[in-house]
Amino acid sequence: MSTSLLVKPTSFWQSLSKFDWVYAVLLLAGGIFSYQRYAGFMDVYEVSFLFGAVALFSYLGWRWSAIARLVLGVAVLSLVGVYSYQGDLANGSQQFLLKFLLASQSAVMWMNVLFVLAMLTYWLALFQRSAFTAKVASALTWAATLFGFVGLMVRWYESYLIAPDVGHIPISNLYEVFILFCLITSLLYLHYEKLFNTRQLGGFVLVVINAAVGFILWYTFDRHANEIQPLVPALQSYWMKIHVPANFIGYGAFSLAAMVAGAYLLVKHGVLASRLPALHVLDDLMYKAIAVGFAFFTIATILGAMWAAEAWGGYWSWDPKETWALIVWLNYAAWLHLRLMKGLRGTVLAWWALVGLLVTTFAFLGVNMFLSGLHSYGTL
Amino acid sequence: MKAPISLSQRVYELLSSMRFAVSLLTLLGVASIIGTVLKQNEPYTNYIVKFGQFWFELFEMLGLLDVYHAAWFLLILLFLVVSTTLCVIRNAPLMVKEWQVYKEHATEKSLRLFGHQASLATTQPTAALQTQLSEFLSIERYRFKTRQQDNGDILIAAKLGTHQRLGYIFTHAAIVVICFGGLLDGNLPFKIQELLGWKKIETRDISSRKVPAESRLGVNNLSFRANMTLPEGEHDNVAFVRVRDGYLVQDLPFTVALKDFRIEHYATGMPKSFESDIVITDPELSKPIETTIRVNHPYTYKGIAIYQSDFQDGGSELKFKLWDLAASNQDGFDVDGVVSQKGSLGDGAQKMTVEFNEFRQFNILNLSADGKGKPHNVGPNTTLKLRNASGQAREYMSYMQPLQLDGRAYFVSGMRETVQDEFKYLRIPADAELEISGFMHLRQTLRNEQAIREIASQVAKQMPGDNAALKAQFEQSLQHLLVTFKQGGYSELSRIIESAVPKDQREQAAQTYLKLLNRAALQGYQMSRAQRQLPPAPETQETVMFIQDSLNAMNDLFFYGTPYYFQLKNYTLKQASGFQLTRSPGQNWVYSGSVMLVLGIFSMFYIKERRLWLLIKPAQQEVLLAMSSNRKNMDLDQDFARVQQQLTALLQAAA
Repeated sequence: MSTSLLVKPTSFWQSLSKFDWVYAVLLLAGGIFSYQRYAGFMDVYEVSFLFGAVALFSYLGWRWSAIARLVLGVAVLSLVGVYSYQGDLANGSQQFLLKFLLASQSAVMWMNVLFVLAMLTYWLALFQRSAFTAKVASALTWAATLFGFVGLMVRWYESYLIAPDVGHIPISNLYEVFILFCLITSLLYLHYEKLFNTRQLGGFVLVVINAAVGFILWYTFDRHANEIQPLVPALQSYWMKIHVPANFIGYGAFSLAAMVAGAYLLVKHGVLASRLPALHVLDDLMYKAIAVGFAFFTIATILGAMWAAEAWGGYWSWDPKETWALIVWLNYAAWLHLRLMKGLRGTVLAWWALVGLLVTTFAFLGVNMFLSGLHSYGTL
Repeated sequence: MKAPISLSQRVYELLSSMRFAVSLLTLLGVASIIGTVLKQNEPYTNYIVKFGQFWFELFEMLGLLDVYHAAWFLLILLFLVVSTTLCVIRNAPLMVKEWQVYKEHATEKSLRLFGHQASLATTQPTAALQTQLSEFLSIERYRFKTRQQDNGDILIAAKLGTHQRLGYIFTHAAIVVICFGGLLDGNLPFKIQELLGWKKIETRDISSRKVPAESRLGVNNLSFRANMTLPEGEHDNVAFVRVRDGYLVQDLPFTVALKDFRIEHYATGMPKSFESDIVITDPELSKPIETTIRVNHPYTYKGIAIYQSDFQDGGSELKFKLWDLAASNQDGFDVDGVVSQKGSLGDGAQKMTVEFNEFRQFNILNLSADGKGKPHNVGPNTTLKLRNASGQAREYMSYMQPLQLDGRAYFVSGMRETVQDEFKYLRIPADAELEISGFMHLRQTLRNEQAIREIASQVAKQMPGDNAALKAQFEQSLQHLLVTFKQGGYSELSRIIESAVPKDQREQAAQTYLKLLNRAALQGYQMSRAQRQLPPAPETQETVMFIQDSLNAMNDLFFYGTPYYFQLKNYTLKQASGFQLTRSPGQNWVYSGSVMLVLGIFSMFYIKERRLWLLIKPAQQEVLLAMSSNRKNMDLDQDFARVQQQLTALLQAAA
């Protein structure tokens, strides 16, 4: 019968494999374990974040199996790291595994090294036109991301080893959020790499990630910023756990869009044109990245306003950081208007996305360096 | 004939156009930047000092000192609201229509002009075809309408994701709602009242009770953001709203009392929490509310949220040892002070006013030489001002305990003449007992003429050799050296060298003089210790460094600007907690608007709108497929290719 071709798509739940279920059950078990053990440290919001994270990462893992493998990898290595400490911070510089691999400082260094290697490999692949080399570059990027997350996880544990009241999620100062920036930008890139089935842009996106790596290295060796500091009272809030990551999805996506815009402009001028994706692909990727960035930046700004209402007594104080967040938002709002409503495409928007990175960078870093205000946690 | 466009029509067109909206967004962005570059709402004197009178007046006139509340800034916002509202009014009907209709009246001719269209061959009977295509569309989650055309063709018009259109209305309405909420919480009502002359800001430093009604905001004030500072054990029922270079008094419908203010610290000395135990009393309450507020945990009563905002000294009692540097011989005497109060010293033309400005119990400093070490708590410090009879003042900031600098301990005191200056620091070395008295007594000895003679004679005696004339000459010049240093420090010494020694020998002479000075000072130090019945200091490197540092400090005292050194000995802490009290009726509007904004943005970006037409042409044995979307993105090409492929396969298999 002819209707045999009209196969009803299987429902989402039916499409889950055995691995998917095992993965979700493991996550849930981890969530319950953490709840039982650490409920005393969490308020009701944080408990909801814990189980929200279980749901979120289950879903992400189901939709994109590489994420599931990443999450499991991070979990295993972090647990090994935590176990190796045996409750004593001194083991970090004595125990072999920790000292050379899993202590947060070492894991972050591995992340740095792997990101640099990944960038070089992506460029090599671009010039060799080698699919295999590009695959190696992807694997290196995944490995860097794995170590970055392990670094943050173990750092989270280390902060509690310093003293229970010092412990906090490691997204509280410039050093930590720079790591977060690298990781989120890298994951966003890997997502588009899969979605657009192209590995040719890795060399470009990793430029901005490696700029952040450079900053981390300078910040570590020159300023010793890698030392864990306790939280100032204003930052002791569950809001930090959602405001900061949302913000960095925004920053990461905008940076990625700017790098793609750079590639677009090169192709437009005939540079590397035969090696990079076609213009309409780059244009589409740029739009998608800015859309993601804009959506999350909006959420982050709103969450920030709600936090400000609780911490500073008003949801909007025209603090320099707030104001620059508004400027970034307005900038991309105008970009999206021109593209979606006026149907503008091409060089102008690419230049705009590139310049947008400067505005974003100023909002992220410049405000902390040059302007003083309520957001003075991350001064250089 | 077309009627000429009226002026009002043209204004409407302009205001609701996107060009205008984007220009406004740009303008808003630029205006906002000004406010981040120029520090906002500083005391006016700071601007005058920094920019000068002319620029200050210009900035003030343009409203640049408080950009975000300037009339022109509010006007931009107002235009943005108007423009967005008109934009919604103009486009919403269209969007609603797009959301609802199927466009089943599309003609074959227009469908064939689509960028995404294809002609598919089929041999199936019309009825079966119709069923199959309907089934396909259902599986793809399209909703559709079928229409028989006059020529016997059947058009199936389908749509998917048209809710995206609602996203447009949501996002733009959200902006209006958020701006409206913001406006509710702004100071517009006060601005209007001020313009009408009903309200006036208060600039005098007077008790809040004496502030006249025209500078008070009533308990019914809809929205405000005010500050209140309460010392421990005190209460109040008013708060202050700072406006430009003055303030307004906000009357509260209740009284707040501060029972206790606490700062907890981490082991590193960094503050961990700020907490205030407060009591709210209100005649309407059967018993007072006792609660604790801390950062990130405000308390709300009668729609007024009370936040922990800052803290300051609430009148700590300070006990000093005052060293009169001009007096020839004294041990320092006791002086008491209370923070934010005044005292006086001396009399007649020498009379000085002491203003005890600040006391800080904890100071987290990074004292490592390269700035790379860990910051740690170095203990209390106080800031005071010494004002002479003619009103000139110098500010002094001194640490209670010696600070470890380059591995040695110093009593550190900073001096500056205006608030714009950086402090210049005097470092007085602590003696072996970590006291300041070692230095003070050494200094007195080196300033005492009789002691100087004795030092010179003793040092001369210790000289090797027996040449009495030479020794006498040496003793003479040593005395001269000490007296010179006493009179003017190193600069006096170098003046003498410059006038008496040929240029090429000055360097060497200076070295010799310094060596002698250090030798003599060591002798003086041992003498001063003997006087105080202390054992002689051991002749170690530490003592040598102490002498060297003491001479440097004696020299620096010439630039200290006062004959008094206040050494903080003890204190009784009394703190004051700073609260912010806000009533913001616009908050819920802003939050609702924010939720709408997020929903709107996500539906605009992530609901894919698709329209699909299937024109069944039985006579031609053909199905015409056409597809469109309001966004011409790559996914449309992909979706079209997929649908075309599936339908082709479906129709062929059926055949």
